[in-house]
Amino acid sequence: MCTSFLGELLGATHNFSATNVARTVNTVDTFKAALYFTTATINASTTAYTVTGEVTNTSGTGYTAGGVTVTNGVAPASTNSSVTAGVGYWTPGGSFQWTSMTVTTAFDTVLLYNSSQGGKAVSVHTFGSQTISAGTFTLTMPSNTTTTALIRLATV
Amino acid sequence: MLVTTTKGEMDDSLLVKKEGTVDNENELTTWVEYWLGEELVHRSVHVTLKKMPTFAGLEAASFG
Repeated sequence: MCTSFLGELLGATHNFSATNVARTVNTVDTFKAALYFTTATINASTTAYTVTGEVTNTSGTGYTAGGVTVTNGVAPASTNSSVTAGVGYWTPGGSFQWTSMTVTTAFDTVLLYNSSQGGKAVSVHTFGSQTISAGTFTLTMPSNTTTTALIRLATV
Repeated sequence: MLVTTTKGEMDDSLLVKKEGTVDNENELTTWVEYWLGEELVHRSVHVTLKKMPTFAGLEAASFG
């Protein structure tokens, strides 16, 4: 989880839901997912999307700078696990996918960010380093549960 | 079957297919490669995230 995202939540910067009483217009923000090379410095201290270290095509046009738009299918949910503890959670509604892609430099990171709010960072997720040759890269989301959702905010 | 490769579409009978899987606490990854001799001409990967990896000792953001 990007640290800046935690503070921005308290200021209603991000809207994952169609309803947001803090705004005059109830529109869901557009979130995007961008890939980064293993050499990039993208981590919890990242505050916004950057092209520095972002994946570029070795050949072809399979990857577009800025990444792909995230499907926002299910509104954030929350539940109590006890009278003193609970969790809010959200997961994108679909996989992230890049087709006809050739990237032969290793990448291992995806940055989720809010493109409606100046590219402010939401979260960073890493996986085993990969290369793609004239192929498809698919990143499938975890199950949208209190313990596995991509975004989880829990009281302890 | 035709396979999209770095050299265009090729019949898979001309290629050597290799597949693999990585399964750990953070991801389930499968990959498929096609080789023309010693040259990698196709590689696709499917990564399924299982949970958010740990950053700075935090499993999830917490407000205590």
